[in-house]
Amino acid sequence: MASTIDAPVIQVERETAWSVAVASAIMVAFLIVAPFVLYPVFLEKALCFALFACAFNLLIGYVGLLSFGHALYFGWASYLAAYAAKVWGLPPELAILIGTATAAVLGVVAGSLAIRRQGIYFAMITLALAQMMYLVALRVKLTGGEDGIQAVPRGRLFGALDLNNEMTMYAVVLVVALGAFFLIYRIINSPFGEVLKAIRENEQRTISLGYNPDRYKLMAFVLSATLAGLAGSVKALVFQLASLTDVHWTMSGEVVLMTLVGGLGTIFGPVVGAFLIVAMENYLASFGQWVVVIQGAIFVVCVLLFRRGIVGELANRLGVRL
Amino acid sequence: MFEIFGIPSQALFGQLLLGLINGSFYALLSLGLAVIFGMLNIINFAHGAQYMMGAFTAYLLLQYLGVNYWAALVVAPIVIGILGIVIERLFLQRLRNLDPLYGLLLTFGLALVIEGLFRNYYGASGQPYGVPESLQGGRNLGFMFLPNYRAWVIVFSLVVCFGTWFLIERTRLGSYLRAATENPTLVRAFGINVPRMVTLTYGFGVGLAALAGVMAAPIYNVSPQMGSDLIIVVFAVVVIGGMGSIMGAILTGFTLGIVEGLTKVFFPEASNTVIFAIMVVVLLVRPAGMFGRSV
Repeated sequence: MASTIDAPVIQVERETAWSVAVASAIMVAFLIVAPFVLYPVFLEKALCFALFACAFNLLIGYVGLLSFGHALYFGWASYLAAYAAKVWGLPPELAILIGTATAAVLGVVAGSLAIRRQGIYFAMITLALAQMMYLVALRVKLTGGEDGIQAVPRGRLFGALDLNNEMTMYAVVLVVALGAFFLIYRIINSPFGEVLKAIRENEQRTISLGYNPDRYKLMAFVLSATLAGLAGSVKALVFQLASLTDVHWTMSGEVVLMTLVGGLGTIFGPVVGAFLIVAMENYLASFGQWVVVIQGAIFVVCVLLFRRGIVGELANRLGVRL
Repeated sequence: MFEIFGIPSQALFGQLLLGLINGSFYALLSLGLAVIFGMLNIINFAHGAQYMMGAFTAYLLLQYLGVNYWAALVVAPIVIGILGIVIERLFLQRLRNLDPLYGLLLTFGLALVIEGLFRNYYGASGQPYGVPESLQGGRNLGFMFLPNYRAWVIVFSLVVCFGTWFLIERTRLGSYLRAATENPTLVRAFGINVPRMVTLTYGFGVGLAALAGVMAAPIYNVSPQMGSDLIIVVFAVVVIGGMGSIMGAILTGFTLGIVEGLTKVFFPEASNTVIFAIMVVVLLVRPAGMFGRSV
């Protein structure tokens, strides 16, 4: 069955890349000024989730694969990074590297299983695999069970930058996130990215043109998982904590929500969505379970009335690519 | 009392019984998912929440209206089934021509709303629901003790499963349903109201989930999150069995329940992951699932 995800990128011409440049400039300017106005920790959290959502969007937005288990890579990377920094006493750059590599390995294993089926089966398989590894996380010693890994030392990046200084930490998170955004942008605009979009639009046709969709899907899956792992590893250092929340299916749902709100298959959508959802959770934290109810309601409203998401809708109105 | 493989028969058969009970719920829920998927082409993520609502309906009926288990067994599926019909009319109908993934996202959102609301009012802890009087106690079979209520759950879920199978595979209504799954346009041309059939099918599937919920109420505590963890296991069951066949869903559900029960005896650490592990093996060996059409 041909995919009918209304991603605005399908309709909008490529030549309007200046809109991407303008939007990037606005985003970077905002992110540089923001820590002087808003809490740096809030921004660090939002950036980690923005990166997580962008990684997720690489799969749903450009290959049309809905992974309902992205918490697996985010959470396990977070555990391994925290473990490396705390128990092995490694410097932050190595901790992040180990966490990200863990996610890549998990991505290879889970991805090669999940791409054996399509559509909703793909979603169910990724969810089930993530749940399995959640149950493993509950049991094994490494994760610290219910306590998680607490008081993870931030350390000194490359032995020089003291990450305990909040502004330094923010700068590092910002550089990592912007670097990853740029990488994702390059991936989706490369010949490789074009093949991914071709698979999303018509897999049979891509096969007839001589491509092997499974190889491309797996590569996209591993890239997505790896970047999700990068987000999780950085998050472990920012909060100095890795916990069960990060591997639970609710986390997988949250990243879907962020991307959906911002706009599936848009460049800036996941970033906008992540900032909005993180802000909402911050402000509504005292309402307890109502946050979950509101999140669910946003899902319903988005799917029914607002499938392009905020950025997708905006791009559509302005007739540009965002 | 005797031993099998060095395990007391009481423990072995006890776990087997528990496995059969779990299997009954896997079968009932994956059956409902398969029926809904057949007609609507969506995965009903709210299935777990609807199962939970069935259990809560039984609990609330008893608590506030004094309505007993047997009446709840009839009332709860109808009430929740009607709620399902409303959901289909209000929401799912609008997604008919879209990618099935949107149905998954929408029902996931609904599940969050429902669970969040129940957790708001009832907290995370469970509410007890007693075994109905006529099914209290049990009998000693010599090799194990069989509680009456558990025997009832297994027998009744078998009856419901095979009743559903009969309805879909052997009756006139079922043949309309199967025809509408294959080619809705043609079936409509024969003067059958397919959209109404779709709505009723969703209501029926949801009702099955609620029925399972009522049956589960005396065994597990009635709690807001009782459905969400279960539904993920049921997804794995569905991936293993494939959704192409009603009988496949029933057999897979019961078999996996028994396998899980046996794992609890011989290798307890793996008991809650064994179904996922089987899913991995099935994906490696038979990617289309045991009974599935290749999707």
